Parts: sequence; C-alpha cells; structure tokens
Amino acid sequence: MPARIDRPLSPHLQTYRMTLTMALSVVHRATGLALYAGTLLLVWWLIAAASGPAAYAQLQAFAGSWIGRLILFGYTWALLFHLLSGIRYLIWDLTYGFEAREREWLTRAALIGSIVLTILLWVLVYAMGGGR
Amino acid sequence: MNTDTRSTMRTPLSRVRRLGTAKSGTGDFWRQRLTAVAMVLLIVPMIAIVMMLLGRNQAGAAQILGSPLIAIVTLLFVIASCWHMKIGVQVVIEDYVHTENLKLALIMANTFFSIAVALAAIYAIFKLSSGV
Repeated sequence: MPARIDRPLSPHLQTYRMTLTMALSVVHRATGLALYAGTLLLVWWLIAAASGPAAYAQLQAFAGSWIGRLILFGYTWALLFHLLSGIRYLIWDLTYGFEAREREWLTRAALIGSIVLTILLWVLVYAMGGGR
Repeated sequence: MNTDTRSTMRTPLSRVRRLGTAKSGTGDFWRQRLTAVAMVLLIVPMIAIVMMLLGRNQAGAAQILGSPLIAIVTLLFVIASCWHMKIGVQVVIEDYVHTENLKLALIMANTFFSIAVALAAIYAIFKLSSGV
C-alpha cells in the first residue's frame, strides 16, 4: 500500500439541504443518460429508412404504439430539458448568472421551458396529423 | 503551485506539457462544449426534419433523408451528439466507478458504443444519399 495523502474532503451530498439547482443538476445527468440510450432509436430510424419498406413499417408500428409514443414523448422532454439546462451551463461557463435570483430563474426557466416546449411540439405533431 | 518544495525534478513547463494526470488536459472539457454549441444550432433544423417525416412511408422518408442539405444536417447532428455523449458518459463513469479495471472496461465499452452508433447512423445516411 502506498502511503495515502491526506487530501481535503468535501462533505457528502446529504449534508446539504436539497435545492432546485441541485435536483436539476442530477436530472441533467439523468436525461443525458436517457438520451444516450435514446440514440438507439435514432439509429433504428435511419437504418430502417435505409433498409426498405418492411423495416420502416416495423419502426412506424412501434413508434405508433402507446408504449412507443410514451417513450418518444419522454425522449422529447429529455432532449429539450437537456438542451435548455445545457444552455444554462454554457451561460454559467461564461461566468454569467451566478447571483442567487439569476441562477434560480435560469433553473426554473429550463424546467418550465422544457415542459411547455414538449407539450407545444406534441400538439403541433398531432395537429399535423403525425399522431395518427 | 510553484511554491511547493517537494522533491521533484519536473519543471512547471514540463508539468503543463504533460497535461495533468489524465494526459489529455482540458481537451474533453472543450470538445464537450464545442459539440453542445453545435447541437444548440442544429436542434431546430433537426426537429424540423423529424416533423417533415411524420406520417410518410419509407419511400417518402428515404427521399427526404437522402436529399443533400438534410443529409448533411443529420450527419452533423449525429457526429456532434455521439461525440458529446461519449464524453458525457465517460465523465459519469469516472465519477462513480472507482475499481480501476471495471472503470477501464466501462470506458472502453462506452467508446465502442458511441463509435458504433455514430458509424451505423453515418452508414445509413450515406446509403440513403446514394439511393441504393
């Protein structure tokens, strides 16, 4: 065993009172992982289109089923939340928006914005007849 | 850090050149933000492409996906997203997996998965574009 260096430790997560910014930091990571798995859908879709009518019909049957729609709805929200939340991190990377009210506002905007955009997008899809 | 008097022969310049313990410096940090900004730009055209395909059969979908501008936007999005997710999941693995061999295996599996997803999607887009 090499001698261990006494490095400073930061307290564990449960020491802190849960805040919205903390919770959504976890959600950002979770949606990232969900989107990672979701790329399989993107690939399936592209390969099915490249393969032929039978393969594409299979994909459409899945996408049109209730479980398929549920997954796609969740995928839409995960994508939009990760996007808006990610823009928030890019703003923070530029060292803007660190005041208490600013960071709360940004975090709320990412959450509410992603929910509103997801619903709007799906209303649009159904209005265009894509939800048939 | 220049003030420390520990017995090291290494100069500050050589430390910088060796780019820290990960040996890759801030390369991944920068590329994760680069691909993030790329996707912020690409997400609106990408959503438009998906909307255009709704309710179409394979022939219609293949024709749209194979047209040059749409194929190029889809390619850019696939490359940016696969690169971004490879870095993101590697960070998650490095954060939570502390068994060295398991960590290496997972980082490899993550790299394989990301490259496979990217290549499968790129192959499908090229096939759709060549109309074979």
